[in-house]
Amino acid sequence: MSLMNWIDDRFPLTKVWNEHLAEYYAPKNFNFWYFFGSLAMLVLVNQILTGVWLAMLYKPDAELAFASVEYIMRDVEWGWLIRYMHSTGSSAFFIVIYLHMFRGVLYGSHKNPREMIWLFGAVIYVVMMATAFMGYLLPWGQMSFWGAQVIVNLFSAIPVIGEDLSVWIRGDYVISDATLNRFFALHFLLPFILAALVFLHIVALHKVGSNNPDGVEIKKNKDENGIPRDGIPFHPYYSVKDIVGVVVFLMFFAGVIFFAPEAGGYFIEAPNFEPANPLKTPEHIAPVWYFTPFYAILRAVPSFAGTQVWGVIAMGLAIVVFFLLPWLDQSNAKSHRYKGPLFKYALGAFVVTFMVLGYLGVVAADANRTLWAQVLTLIYFSFFFLMPTYTRETSSKTTMTSLYFMMMAVSTIATLYFWWMFSGGADGSTTVKVAVSVIAIIHFAVFGIKPWLKPEVSKPVPERVTK
Amino acid sequence: MKKLILALALLAPLTAFAAGGGAIHPNDPANVNTGNNAALQRGANYFVSYCLNCHSMQYERWQRMQEFGVPEDLLKSNLMHANTKPGDLLKVAMAPSDAANWFGAPPPDLTLEARLRGPDWIYNYMRAFYVDESRPFGVNNTVFDNVGMPHVLWELQGMQKAVYHEEDDGHGGTHEVFAGFEQVTEGSMTPVEYDAMIRDLVTFMTYMAEPTKAKSHSTGIMVLLFLALLFVVSYMLKKEYWKDVH
Repeated sequence: MSLMNWIDDRFPLTKVWNEHLAEYYAPKNFNFWYFFGSLAMLVLVNQILTGVWLAMLYKPDAELAFASVEYIMRDVEWGWLIRYMHSTGSSAFFIVIYLHMFRGVLYGSHKNPREMIWLFGAVIYVVMMATAFMGYLLPWGQMSFWGAQVIVNLFSAIPVIGEDLSVWIRGDYVISDATLNRFFALHFLLPFILAALVFLHIVALHKVGSNNPDGVEIKKNKDENGIPRDGIPFHPYYSVKDIVGVVVFLMFFAGVIFFAPEAGGYFIEAPNFEPANPLKTPEHIAPVWYFTPFYAILRAVPSFAGTQVWGVIAMGLAIVVFFLLPWLDQSNAKSHRYKGPLFKYALGAFVVTFMVLGYLGVVAADANRTLWAQVLTLIYFSFFFLMPTYTRETSSKTTMTSLYFMMMAVSTIATLYFWWMFSGGADGSTTVKVAVSVIAIIHFAVFGIKPWLKPEVSKPVPERVTK
Repeated sequence: MKKLILALALLAPLTAFAAGGGAIHPNDPANVNTGNNAALQRGANYFVSYCLNCHSMQYERWQRMQEFGVPEDLLKSNLMHANTKPGDLLKVAMAPSDAANWFGAPPPDLTLEARLRGPDWIYNYMRAFYVDESRPFGVNNTVFDNVGMPHVLWELQGMQKAVYHEEDDGHGGTHEVFAGFEQVTEGSMTPVEYDAMIRDLVTFMTYMAEPTKAKSHSTGIMVLLFLALLFVVSYMLKKEYWKDVH
């Protein structure tokens, strides 16, 4: 085709098409979990498109913002649909990304040689959270205002510079018109940075090739033409398969948009149907559900030495620790299929912990719930910080020494915590104190004792992918 | 897939806690049907007559009422305030500063009240005023304690008093439990008529809080049907392509 030749002489269109789609060989054994990468891109595009249209009609002004959202909902043709696509899309984005991240950990997609993919992904996650946080202020409802107030106030807990820093972020002493304006500007900018980061994420992916549920490197087994024996061209095989995933996803997505856009108060919180009022604090302030695991960790850490900064540090660490994952995981196998039982237990405990912390972050805190959040915070961090010991294979002397020191450290922290809890340092019922202590002891004993009894050993990873 | 279903099943109980506020008394279901045009028309009439003098509905326009069958001439002659156009917003003349002086706080805008508190809450609130001489307007409310609002509809409902009975609190003492209302003076409506009126009012407020809901449901059904068809086609396409992958 002459037009194609004309373009190819000036721009590598055919080359890019082939390298990244028609001749990009992906493992043939992708399963259910592999839909969420392409779905995440779909939701990002949805957010950018609906967001641009909303921005044409929205007014970033404290006096006008709330009314302009209702104007979009009522007077703009299909405005309600664009708005619900955007509000539902933000929650859908986090659901899809959490499942995408879980897939990565499940099959070891963070491990050598895919560390860069994981790091770009972690940056995407952080930028996503910033984007969502700033976007949540824009409807200028009560929860928008007070949620932003609480989160920005966290920065003021930082010693010395905290107060100035929080004023610098808000542009005022409270959340105000100045804050709304800058959050709108940044909320519009960040998605394009997200798109650029997604590009880098995929460039890194296509450099090393896709992982798969077996954790087998398909490039190590090529046929005489240099094509991986277990690979199939992304296009048309995965493009047609992903379309099926997209359609199923859109069914759920449309179900929420058209029939339950508030999603029971999770996607759109009821207090946000009341305009922001700086003089009236809502009874119960909770961030949107996708932030609540971290919010629960923040609230779980008590203030001591006269400052509340420890909770802020713990919350920050809970997010930053994702960046370290490729180096914390010491196992030989990538996929959970060939790892030992301890990893599976740790991942299962982490998933349950993340969900329960999410629940605890939604509801109002009381003494017993705080005890649960505290012990779950310890379990959350144990998944990451004990990983070098519980994934290390062989029972060499170094492993035993590191296990010994780990046991010492964990039991010291646990003893101090139990002593503090039972000696009147923490409120809450004795039943809950005993329950959380038992859970903590069992959880940490598993990591401490199991490697001595039987060290973790990866099962042999097959040469070729399995069905 | 099995794991996903398990995960969703584990998450399901959490949703029960989502919107959970404190229990209110009385707590009867409003049972509104926003597809009932007659109820919407009556509710619009009640709202304009009794509520719109103090409470605005300032994010919505008069002409929205044409959607549930109010013709433009009746809208203009029977519902709309003087000197307003169908495209005007439902505002009130009362200045917020005056309102704050008279009632302690300006009466809230009611456009989104049904989404903020829910239809059931409004239904029970409007039936829960009772005589309390210690309050400025002589009434209090079991749903919204010490509310600043007077009992605007007392001529219709009449006045009622709250009845409490003593209950053992399990710690050797007793505490008062709300047992119901007792009519003190008759209103122009029977309790059944009054409840029906409040139901119409709440139906109207629910409609106005999200007037696009009916369109959203009908569009949603079409979209889901289209997606179902697309699913069949895309699944067959995938099957066809993947025949030769072993």
